[in-house]
Amino acid sequence: MSHASSLNPDYVDEAGRPIYHPVEEPHHPEGHSTMLGFWMYLMSDCLIFAMLFAVYGVIGANYAAGPAPKDLFDLPLVALNTSMLLFSSITYGFAMLAMVKNRTAQMQAWLAITGVFGLCFLGIELYEFAHMIHLGATPQRSGFLSAFFVLVGTHGLHVTFGTIWLVTLMVQVWRKGLIPANKRRLMCLSLFWHFLDVIWIGVFTFVYLFGMLR
Amino acid sequence: MIFGRLDWNALPFHEPILVVTFAVVVLGGLATLGLITRYKLWGYLWTEWFTTVDHKKIGIMYMILGIVMLLRGFADAVMMRLQQAMAFGGAEGYLNAHHYDQIFTAHGVIMIFFVAMPLITGLMNYLVPLQIGARDVSFPFLNNFSFWMTTAGAIVVMMSLFVGEFARTGWLAYPPLSGIGYSPGVGVDYYIWALQIAGVGTTLSGINLIATIVKMRAPGMGLMKMPVFTWTSLCANVLIVASFPVLTAVLALLSADRYIGTNFFTNDFGGNPMVYVNLIWIWGHPEVYILILPLFGVFSEVTSTFSGKKLFGYTSMVYATVVITILSYLVWLHHFFTMGSGASVNSFFGITTMIISIPTGAKLFNWLFTMYRGRIRFELPMMWTVAFMLTFVIGGMTGVMLAVPPADFVLHNSLFLIAHFHNVIIGGVLFGLFAAINYWWPKAFGFKLDKKWGLVSFWCWVVGFWVAFMPLYVLGFMGVTRRMRVFDDPAYQIWFVIAAVGVGIIAVGILAMLIQFAVSIINRDKLRDETGDPWHGRTLEWSTSSPPPDYNFAKTPIIHDSDAWWDMKARGYERPTDGYKPIHMPSNTGAGVILAGLSTVMGFALIWYMWWLAALSFFALIAYAIFHTFNYKRDYYIPAETVQATEDAHTKTLAKALAAAAAKG
Repeated sequence: MSHASSLNPDYVDEAGRPIYHPVEEPHHPEGHSTMLGFWMYLMSDCLIFAMLFAVYGVIGANYAAGPAPKDLFDLPLVALNTSMLLFSSITYGFAMLAMVKNRTAQMQAWLAITGVFGLCFLGIELYEFAHMIHLGATPQRSGFLSAFFVLVGTHGLHVTFGTIWLVTLMVQVWRKGLIPANKRRLMCLSLFWHFLDVIWIGVFTFVYLFGMLR
Repeated sequence: MIFGRLDWNALPFHEPILVVTFAVVVLGGLATLGLITRYKLWGYLWTEWFTTVDHKKIGIMYMILGIVMLLRGFADAVMMRLQQAMAFGGAEGYLNAHHYDQIFTAHGVIMIFFVAMPLITGLMNYLVPLQIGARDVSFPFLNNFSFWMTTAGAIVVMMSLFVGEFARTGWLAYPPLSGIGYSPGVGVDYYIWALQIAGVGTTLSGINLIATIVKMRAPGMGLMKMPVFTWTSLCANVLIVASFPVLTAVLALLSADRYIGTNFFTNDFGGNPMVYVNLIWIWGHPEVYILILPLFGVFSEVTSTFSGKKLFGYTSMVYATVVITILSYLVWLHHFFTMGSGASVNSFFGITTMIISIPTGAKLFNWLFTMYRGRIRFELPMMWTVAFMLTFVIGGMTGVMLAVPPADFVLHNSLFLIAHFHNVIIGGVLFGLFAAINYWWPKAFGFKLDKKWGLVSFWCWVVGFWVAFMPLYVLGFMGVTRRMRVFDDPAYQIWFVIAAVGVGIIAVGILAMLIQFAVSIINRDKLRDETGDPWHGRTLEWSTSSPPPDYNFAKTPIIHDSDAWWDMKARGYERPTDGYKPIHMPSNTGAGVILAGLSTVMGFALIWYMWWLAALSFFALIAYAIFHTFNYKRDYYIPAETVQATEDAHTKTLAKALAAAAAKG
């Protein structure tokens, strides 16, 4: 047998012989990979949005003789909607600050406020969709409107599921308290919630603002 | 209302081939279920296998799924070869267009998504934790769930055989053909939901394995000390996470077009079908590297083990893998140079494609230099590896030919292309999987595979491959395009007949492989390996017993070298025999089976427009997922005494095996 390469200097005993097993077993506590795993999930989700943005970029100006952004978008309403989502991110941040200090009741209150902001966002979005459909600007009308409804709607669906998740976590915290597993879950939802905010900034900029410039 | 568009006409009574197949499947299925019930195996299967979170058992289940689906996909291949060999000079062959078009679509879809993907995922699942000295993956429940979602996708595809129809669009379902206007039936919907359901599993298992490799390596195992298979798995899983969402998105848009009448990929109202083709290949090209990279790892392990040498150029092998990973995202457009994007764009993608052959070539030279002056043992895994090198190089070179845009304008969509990608997928992915199965089988089951039947299978596969696919290169040059059902020019026929003979030889190879498994299981006591290290392996999986205990490693190993086990053996490592501690393990759960089952129902309901059932199963899915998160007790400890007893038993068999080996000299 040919002699192997040099030893790992961190794992030799006093006589310079290799150690092959640690004295204490390395412990992988429950949830040790969760944040990394959840980040990767978020990035994969981000790719889905990237694709929807790309599709919007390619066919977003194909109006098929139908309405264009200028005919449809109501910027003050969208600004209001955007502020709902941005406020919800801030209040989620307050919830996390309360969580770090183990103030359960305060945290639950901030989560509830976050949820209300989320619902307001969804309500305004649904109103906007209903209004557009009422004007005949349906997803079937043109490539532009297909891309618009699916991009904005996918974001809205994410907010919907985020809200369901938020309520679930509030129940779980109420039942079990701020145990490590629940804190980890709240951290994941925090990432998710802020991620949706970032996506919305993209939607607001590229779909609404740039749309009004066209 | 209740059954949507499902009615009696959906059952293919008018297709005798399908009726007979259905009868065989039903009888076979009933016989299997009957035997399981007769021997009271349901409880065992449920507790030991279906609900398991053990990465080894999940890996084995993936492999079984892949092999079962290989038989289905191969049956499709045989039917196509027969049809094309017969349908000349006005003869219609034996398959009508409706049936034939489904067969070539199903063949491609099944072979890629439900054969190659489960087989490589199974392999990575089984081996990665063992190679990095871990006791399981990062997210054991997610692993079980991923497996069942993949299986659910396979079930949806299989249902299309007997209830309704499968897509008649080719395996990537290009619009506008796959749009609702040209494919109003359920075929494309089966396609979409099978892939979406399985895709969830694939993406999650990708995330899981990346987290495992990043977070759970044994102490001392820096990135550049990981076994090459683990490296290639890492890169393949990065590709999975970075490409499968693209497939999810593009299929979702296609479903939007089909279900709610949007205009993403339509010909009118501002849709653009070429967006679909671009997006699906942005997933599709990385996909072929997802398939091949883990097998490059397998060939590296096999070559090094059976040459008795450290792998030549470990560092360059790692960098070549990473470079391929990155480049695989910059070549997608070579699948449709004929789109007409102009000379500059085509040149860019032609050149990036050719550049990929450089790291791939570096790998081949590394394997050759590993063999050079090695003591090569021509066991089955090594034979598959040599066959791979000879076959894959040809496939690679025809690939470079196709990467030249002007040449591609001639060869696009011809049988030359078909020959090329079967050349690399069979010669690379499949041969690699067979090398891997022969190499790691003794690790998984504790006995080697029968060599005689392995050789029969090997020679039939290799010879059969060449006989079946070289004629397709010729036909491609003669101008024959893919997916044709009948031909006029009698000059082609001889080549199709030769190809059909080739597929017959491959059939013998598959049969021989099944016989090899059966014979080996029957003779398992004679083929038994009690050392856990039958090939004089180099990486950590060979340091455990075969099969490894639930917890893999009684004591976590420390790594000093990339060939960790070889290094330990070379330095006279002695296995500890006491001082074990309780081991923390994840608990089994039936949630994966239930969630995947609900997904199957939802997919079926959506395919057949049973809206109430789709809504019901969707809400059940969400509700059950939430319910599952209320279960906080997901782990347990294996007591130190149990570990001690298991290890003591292994110490005894090991001593006996070593004594027997010493007696033999």
